[in-house]
Amino acid sequence: MTRYIIRRLLQAIPLLFFISLILFTLMQSMGDPLASMGGRRVTRSSDRERLARQLGLDKPIIIQYVYWLVGNDWTRADLDGDGLAETPGTRRGILRGDFGTSLVNRGKPVTQVIWDRLPNTLLLMLTAEVVIILGALVIGIYSALRQYSLVDNVVTSISFVLYSMPVFFFALGMMYIFAVNFKRWGLPYLPTVGMFDPQVGKTPSQVALHMVLPVVTLSFGFFAAYSRYIRGTMLEVMSQDYIRTAKSKGLAQREIIYIHALKNAALPIVTVVGLDLPFLLGGAIVTEGIFAWPGMGRLFLDHVDKGDTPVVMGIVMMIAVAVVLFQIITDITYAWLDPRIRYD
Amino acid sequence: MESTTAAPGSVARLFPDELETPPLSLRQLTWRRFKRHKMAIFGMISLILLGFYSFGGMLLFSEADANFVDTKLILQAPTAKHFFGTDTIGRDILARTIYGGQISIIIGLTAMLVETIIGVVIGALAGYYGGLIDSLLMRFTETVLTIPQIFLLLVMAKYFGGSIPEFELFGRTFSGSVIVIILIIGFTSWPYLARIVRAEFLSLKENEFILAAKAIGTPTSQIIFRHILPNSAAPIIVSATLGVANAITLEAYISFLGLGVRPPTPTWGNMLERAYNYIESAYWLWLFPGLLIALIVLSINFVGDGLRDALDPRSRAI
Repeated sequence: MTRYIIRRLLQAIPLLFFISLILFTLMQSMGDPLASMGGRRVTRSSDRERLARQLGLDKPIIIQYVYWLVGNDWTRADLDGDGLAETPGTRRGILRGDFGTSLVNRGKPVTQVIWDRLPNTLLLMLTAEVVIILGALVIGIYSALRQYSLVDNVVTSISFVLYSMPVFFFALGMMYIFAVNFKRWGLPYLPTVGMFDPQVGKTPSQVALHMVLPVVTLSFGFFAAYSRYIRGTMLEVMSQDYIRTAKSKGLAQREIIYIHALKNAALPIVTVVGLDLPFLLGGAIVTEGIFAWPGMGRLFLDHVDKGDTPVVMGIVMMIAVAVVLFQIITDITYAWLDPRIRYD
Repeated sequence: MESTTAAPGSVARLFPDELETPPLSLRQLTWRRFKRHKMAIFGMISLILLGFYSFGGMLLFSEADANFVDTKLILQAPTAKHFFGTDTIGRDILARTIYGGQISIIIGLTAMLVETIIGVVIGALAGYYGGLIDSLLMRFTETVLTIPQIFLLLVMAKYFGGSIPEFELFGRTFSGSVIVIILIIGFTSWPYLARIVRAEFLSLKENEFILAAKAIGTPTSQIIFRHILPNSAAPIIVSATLGVANAITLEAYISFLGLGVRPPTPTWGNMLERAYNYIESAYWLWLFPGLLIALIVLSINFVGDGLRDALDPRSRAI
């Protein structure tokens, strides 16, 4: 097993290298980071040149990539922007844990920029994930046990419709019903934008209230997919011999379902959840955009727009590393849960 | 739908096996199974209607109608003259959904073609040749899979946006961003298909008929495209069908975020851009294009689901 993990980790190195190279290249010549720097208007071309030199943006892309990767403390940088590289560089490169500094929020470390937003995204995503898994388990098991009943058919059709519904359409519909019309009808309505009402402040109840619509929007698609999936695995398990044995020896229905069947039915679900989870780190761009939720998705959108390479690279590399790690963790968990699987 | 071909009045009761009917071709079998999938039939009818709406609507409204700006009629609620209302600069939404539908459908179909071609070629090469080619191509596939698709799409949309000028086709002017969107959706959607095709090739190439084909000196390209590929058609067809729905949704996402197809060319996606600013005042801005997107995606998914069941070789139903 150890050998397997080491092999997987080694395989991930060229993968991450390749991803960073592709993205770094794409991020070049995208927008003008100098044009939108922290509200400062850089109008004179001499200023622009000086800034570009200070930030190292005048260097060829391959040099910029090398600096981003391994830092520039082994060479000299042009910190005063006069065209002469005289000061020793201070960047240490992503390989040594230095993600660089944001170009837009000048001087602010990328890790800090990301760290400011990450808890918001995690709050939204983990709540959504809990809602998805619990809801999907209940619905999936229920409709598997009553296959082709009225409830099963209704749930199946609804989940198919939900699964095909684009996120923004669902979000707009929810907003229209629960925020706009509820307000119009004088019912208690839900807030639509932001994390809290600035007049009330960031209290837990405010945040919880503002989370309702984004969480529902995030959950519905996954919820539909997962409950279908659980229904399928549950049906398969319930028709196996050992379940019949359990029934014939007179075990309680409850015990059969939750202890004997669910254990095996949950196996494939572990994989699906494990592979989906890291993608949540990036935040749901569309959902965060609509509900103005200050998370990673919004951060990514804003900084792609302004061509802030270090922040965008930081976000994407973080997600890529998480995806790779979660794949390995998922494989290990799967082998641990199902001893029939061997990787060696 | 059991076939009862026994002639009326015949006494002998024949079992299906003994009937002297010509065997059904694969296509007939598939169609028979597909027909029984009620939702798939619903999906197909609805797709035909949507196609008719988008392309037949050209007879009622000209493209000039769709782009006609009437600043006196800004944000009008649906009326008898403008069934779906008017948008923020006074254009008729009904006419725009018709022309937007054309672009959305064309983007869906062509992006699916790009995706399928790349996915099939990479999957086939990796699966057939194996070894170094396989591991290189599969590492590349994993690379694309590891970055969330929407992130990659946004970065690419920003990078390539505006690099293709407006062009004319059939006497109409299209924004160059249509081509950009088609290509980037195609370039980022193929990895799943490539994996499916590779898996099919890995198992199919071990069959005796491939050995026989090799033994009589069939060229490799013929083995790949004439002998193996048709045998792995079923999952490719299903994946391609669902790919159309996926491409339409993705186009809508990018356009919704403001990086998609540029005006004046309408699509169902970019009609929704900024519509959420008017969520309280003008529901018709997002309701109609949104409903159309939801409907077409749902219908395609139904058809894809029906095809998956109908093409499943393990399915014994006739």
